[in-house]
Amino acid sequence: MSGPALVLVAVVAVLFAAGFELLMQRSLIRVVVGFMLLGHGANLLLLIAGGAAGAPPLLGGPHRGRRMADPLPQAMALTAIVITFGVTAFLLALAYRSQLLLGEDEVQDDIEDRRVRAERRRRDELRAEDADPVEEGEAEGGGG
Amino acid sequence: MNVLVPLPFALPLLGAALAMVSRRRSTWLRVLAPLVAAGVVAAAAGLVAAVARDGTIAVQLGGHPAPLGITLVADRLSALLVAVSAAVLLAIMLHAVAEGAAGLDGREPGVFYPAYLALTAGVCLLFLAGDLFNLFVAFEIMLASSYVLMTLVPTAERMRAGMTYTVVSLTSSILFLTALGLTYAATGTVNLADLSGRVADLPAGTRTALGLLFLLVFGIKGAIVPMHLWLPDSYPVAVTKVTAVFAALLTKAAVYALIRVQTLLFPRAHESWVMLGLAAATMIVGTLGALAHDDIHRVFSFTLVGHIGYMLFGLGLFSVAGLTGAILYLVHHIVVQATLFLVADLMQGRAGSTSLRRLGGLAKLSSFIAVLFLVPALSVSGVPPSSGFVAKLALFQAGLGAGGALAYAVTGVAIVASLLTLMAMTRIWTLGFWRPRPDDAAEPPAPESYTRGGVRVMQSVTAVLVAAGLLIAVFAGPLSAWSRGAATDLLDPAAYRHAVLDGARR
Repeated sequence: MSGPALVLVAVVAVLFAAGFELLMQRSLIRVVVGFMLLGHGANLLLLIAGGAAGAPPLLGGPHRGRRMADPLPQAMALTAIVITFGVTAFLLALAYRSQLLLGEDEVQDDIEDRRVRAERRRRDELRAEDADPVEEGEAEGGGG
Repeated sequence: MNVLVPLPFALPLLGAALAMVSRRRSTWLRVLAPLVAAGVVAAAAGLVAAVARDGTIAVQLGGHPAPLGITLVADRLSALLVAVSAAVLLAIMLHAVAEGAAGLDGREPGVFYPAYLALTAGVCLLFLAGDLFNLFVAFEIMLASSYVLMTLVPTAERMRAGMTYTVVSLTSSILFLTALGLTYAATGTVNLADLSGRVADLPAGTRTALGLLFLLVFGIKGAIVPMHLWLPDSYPVAVTKVTAVFAALLTKAAVYALIRVQTLLFPRAHESWVMLGLAAATMIVGTLGALAHDDIHRVFSFTLVGHIGYMLFGLGLFSVAGLTGAILYLVHHIVVQATLFLVADLMQGRAGSTSLRRLGGLAKLSSFIAVLFLVPALSVSGVPPSSGFVAKLALFQAGLGAGGALAYAVTGVAIVASLLTLMAMTRIWTLGFWRPRPDDAAEPPAPESYTRGGVRVMQSVTAVLVAAGLLIAVFAGPLSAWSRGAATDLLDPAAYRHAVLDGARR
């Protein structure tokens, strides 16, 4: 069996790289697009897993005795496409609702994380105050 | 063909469809949904009985023979987990119905019931799936319903957490699909039984790569440190009854998948230091996180992460004793984690808050809730004679029995993590229940806003779950024997292959 076409392998690699890059952005719409690219990459990978393209997925008939394409990965890719399609629609709805409620298209920091960070900042300030009370007053004037 | 095997997921799927078309009629939903959930429990009990009688049952859906068709397999582990999950799902369903009847859930979102039933179907299918692709589909059914449940009653905070949760889950699903494609490319099959025969012939490098990829996939879904960061961010934000289901089942389902795939596809004769290392890190990070947080939901979410480590510890030992401990721990933890979150719901209903800074004097407000909290809290910390103690003891014995510096070290970490869990639970106990109410304590909800009867049913459901946790400890003997049988089956892939592949040809 010959290996899969190099072009397809490269396309999968590019789709995955671009998808993960977009997934790590803060803008929700980029995240959704990144997920779509990843889904395409995975589906293409499933197709490649079925072997070289070109043969019909049939037994017998005029193709009797010829090489047959493996129908199983095609069926799996089809199922996966349906799943990614449905989930993408849900993600878009979620992003839209999120924008309605939050008023922006960005992923926010976790509230509890922000609280922990604020507490640490306060502690640092207290420590600085203990060490040098004069400087603290200046910092407050500058920082607002 | 044994009709009991597909029933636990076919029934709730049908129920979900029915509930979806009639989702505006809340009274009808509150009758239909618990009935379906009860039906699943009955089917699961039948399945356990059938497996106890006949051993592993394999069913080919659609009539195609084994490596080609859709295979469902019910062995001792699957049957046990389906039964325990079905029981917990029914209990949480009853809690939700009572909450709706008590008028505590605000606008009753009709979409809860269909989504919940679909989640039930996904969980049951997941435990019964006999091929990797079916496992993937089951995960998707389960997770797609969980996305809906996560963002139920949308608030800004819930949307933020829901987005994180959804995107992380989807990423791991895509990785799962990738691992699936690569496995198919390497072996030409996705049937688990068939795979277990063929993976052994692969070059060692390919096998390791696939094994690590599956560990990554289920590690993300199961919140194993360092892939756990999404869980304490998202779980606590959802509606409490939803968090209870998630915490009880979703991560455990991933642990089950990990156990199944690792024992069937990548069997090994000695312990895996990668898994033992991850297990130790998970236990420590999770329980320390629980100590650092103020919100009860977050404390429980972090202990959940920490206790995933125990199951991974049992699996990492790759011995009958270790797997027995892991299975016992799975069962114990499904029940106890659901109970803890339901108790948190009761506490919130009584005191109006889940933040430890704004709680106090709950023991005086309701001594019944105090008892309901104390029992699962002691159980999750592993204090004898609770179910947690039984499971932890099995794991410690397995760890010490395995010998070797690594197993001893991880056992030590597990004991420390138990003590840290106990500390976290004691913190809630003293601050939430016994300290006098602080000045800025949260206001309890007004008595007019809910009906007494509904609240009483909610308390009874939680009490039943608490009792179920105690029953696990009482019936620890038969349960251990069953788990030991399941663990022996797991370590004998040839028997699994025989049951699935040869059973089909008969």
